[in-house]
Amino acid sequence: MSTLLEVRDLKKYFKTPSGTVHAVDGVSFSIEEGKTLGVVGESGCGKSTLGRTVIRLLQPTAGAILYDGRDISSPSKEELKALRREMQMIFQDPFSSLNPRMTVKDTILEPMEIHRLYDGDRTKQSESVLDLMDTVGLARRLADSYPHELDGGRRQRIGIARALALEPRFIVCDEPVSALDVSIQAQILNLMQDLQEEKNLTYIFITHDLSVVKHISDKICVMYLGQVVEMCHSKTLFKQQYHPYSQALLSAIPLPKVGVTRKRILLRGEISSPIDPKPICRFASRCPHAKPICFEKEPNLVHVKDQHYVACHLQKEGQPYELPLPEDTVEIENK
Amino acid sequence: MNENKLLEIKNLTIQYKTDNGLVHAVNDLSLSLKKGESLGLVGETGAGKTTTALGIMNLVPDPPGIIIGGEIQFEGSDLLKLSKQNMRKVRGEKISMVFQDPMTSLNPVMTVGKQIAESVRIHETLSRKEAEQRAVDVLEMVGIPGERFNEYPHQFSGGMRQRVVIAIALACRPDLLIADEPTTALDVTIQAQVLDLIANLKKEQQSSLIMITHDLGVVAEVCEKVAIMYAGRLIEYGTLDDIYNHTRHPYSIGLFSSIPSIDGDEERLRPIPGLMPDPINLPKGCSFWPRCNRATENCKRAVPALIESDPDHWVRCIHIDKAGFFEKNAVSKKTDTSRNESITHTKDTDVEIDSSKLEESLASG
Ligand SMILES: Nc1ncnc2c1ncn2[C@@H]1O[C@H](COP(=O)(O)OP(=O)(O)OP(=O)(O)O)[C@@H](O)[C@H]1O
Ligand SMILES: Nc1ncnc2c1ncn2[C@@H]1O[C@H](COP(=O)(O)OP(=O)(O)O)[C@@H](O)[C@H]1O
Ligand code: SF4
Ligand code: SF4
Ligand SMILES: [Mg+2]
Ligand SMILES: [Mg+2]
Repeated sequence: MSTLLEVRDLKKYFKTPSGTVHAVDGVSFSIEEGKTLGVVGESGCGKSTLGRTVIRLLQPTAGAILYDGRDISSPSKEELKALRREMQMIFQDPFSSLNPRMTVKDTILEPMEIHRLYDGDRTKQSESVLDLMDTVGLARRLADSYPHELDGGRRQRIGIARALALEPRFIVCDEPVSALDVSIQAQILNLMQDLQEEKNLTYIFITHDLSVVKHISDKICVMYLGQVVEMCHSKTLFKQQYHPYSQALLSAIPLPKVGVTRKRILLRGEISSPIDPKPICRFASRCPHAKPICFEKEPNLVHVKDQHYVACHLQKEGQPYELPLPEDTVEIENK
Repeated sequence: MNENKLLEIKNLTIQYKTDNGLVHAVNDLSLSLKKGESLGLVGETGAGKTTTALGIMNLVPDPPGIIIGGEIQFEGSDLLKLSKQNMRKVRGEKISMVFQDPMTSLNPVMTVGKQIAESVRIHETLSRKEAEQRAVDVLEMVGIPGERFNEYPHQFSGGMRQRVVIAIALACRPDLLIADEPTTALDVTIQAQVLDLIANLKKEQQSSLIMITHDLGVVAEVCEKVAIMYAGRLIEYGTLDDIYNHTRHPYSIGLFSSIPSIDGDEERLRPIPGLMPDPINLPKGCSFWPRCNRATENCKRAVPALIESDPDHWVRCIHIDKAGFFEKNAVSKKTDTSRNESITHTKDTDVEIDSSKLEESLASG
């Protein structure tokens, strides 16, 4: 299996009147072709910015992005155009990302026109649109409908069809199911898995829903305020967390089951600001395991074992430390 | 009316008159709630959850909304018959509602502390100083430092605003708290704080709770009873154990198999095929039939009655008998559901569904 994308020490900062927002601050990871990297973390931690920077909708502040072996962090115009074909994005809110004045057919057709697919042959392009509609499960009779006439699930299918129009290899899916009801969410997740299998697609799947990310990803990275705090195989994370934030995050998920009890870690303290953050652990203000050193310097991402990476002063290279349950917990009992 | 009952809704029907037609938002809904009891009102977007809550608060926007009929008995009187003034008193003193969007219930030009102090003073005769001290206490109770008393709502994060709204609702010590998706927009770690707060309120003040959500995890944590709605109707009602361990209605079963599990390893989800019906144009008979893998011709004839399949476990499906079993002659069809989006518009013979979860549940029931 080959690595399709590798990101090294990627940074994306935004200058604002109140200071510099470190939206993505030194992120590194790699993804193999045909696999899915799940990105989770709370609102504002930099997930969308990461996705947009990786596919070059945003210019990185620093760092390298290696796609298929080539560095694409500062591509020429030509290269960028070629990349636009190979890398696509599916957005959270399918409504605001679709042009309200374009029919379903034109929406899917537009990227083909821009890139002069089939040498600009309209008939071939139109055929391809209808095929794509079949692929994503949109009835052909909807070709002339407008987005506002359709429900959220169908709109998301249009977004997917449009992303597929240029036969990309790599897709950033930014909360593609977050706005959907669970029964529709499940239909879309199945569709995305099928497409991945058929077309050997590589995904970055951004979400804040941990059960969704577990279901869809091969590898997961947990972000906190612009940084990766833990990264490992998807199934592993749910069994064993080595970062205090991941530990709290997983304990906070409400389980749809009765007759179970468990301990939940309640986080206190203020969330630190992403504006000009101090060079200390960004989770320290809320961390129940914090030590003096955590307020003095920033922890690095280290490899603790079996492709499991953690950024925490309690963890040492090759020496995973099993986090005890902190004192401040509540017992959750689903009767 | 039973002594123990705090709230009893009978045959509530609410519609919205729109340019496109009549929206049947809530249809003939009956529910009751005991003192100190928590009910989870579950359903997907458009099922009628918020409208039901607005009905209880007598706050259905009119126009376009009309309460067509029904009764809402609360502490001995029918809320739908109360004068505006008395109803306002009930809302101030007895029933509090946390709305879906916290910004709508906060005044953007008044400091957060002042807003809490004011609502406390509506309920208790306190001096301004005392009320302000109470507001500081309340803020700290929801995990916000008291020194942020003088800040405005826009200076707070979404999670903090939601906690303020809940703090205000709690400061009124309501007999009944209605929380409409209070945590849907929050991160799970913040959601955990809010749920903890609600659990404490229940414990300390014996308040009753109606928790509106589509998150079956949240319901399992804070509720004792569950009501599942589909297209404006209650389709299944029972205890947590009834609904989670002895799921009967094909729609409820579909909901459970649609959610990825956090502790299991399913390769593929088993979604309900098709889409929610248009509430302006509900299918005749059982409104779930176009998506139901157990539908037969009989399902299309009349709206099924709620049947008590086990004691106090109610199910609205013609094929469920009193012992909670699926009738033998109910036909099932085979299938894949993932791509077919046009099911609601086609004959149900096109529908193919994985019915193993249903079989499983029926076997275990
Ligand atoms: N164009 C911009 N200018 C200034 N700040 C920005 C800009 N875009 C994003 N940010 C800031 O960068 C940080 C990361 O934002 P981002 O949208 O990537 O978060 P996210 O993890 O996708 O959040 P959510 O889950 O809410 O979508 C936030 O603090 C945000 O306010
Ligand atoms: N003000 C309104 N005007 C017209 N239709 C409405 C209005 N509010 C809700 N509806 C409709 O009533 C139905 C039930 O909505 P709602 O009670 O908000 O459901 P839920 O809270 O379960 O998502 C939906 O079809 C919705 O579109
Ligand atoms: S480095 Fe310190 S503060 Fe940061 S997560 Fe680890 S223990 Fe907590
Ligand atoms: S009444 Fe018929 S269509 Fe409705 S849920 Fe039961 S089996 Fe399905
Ligand atoms: Mg985002
Ligand atoms: Mg609602």
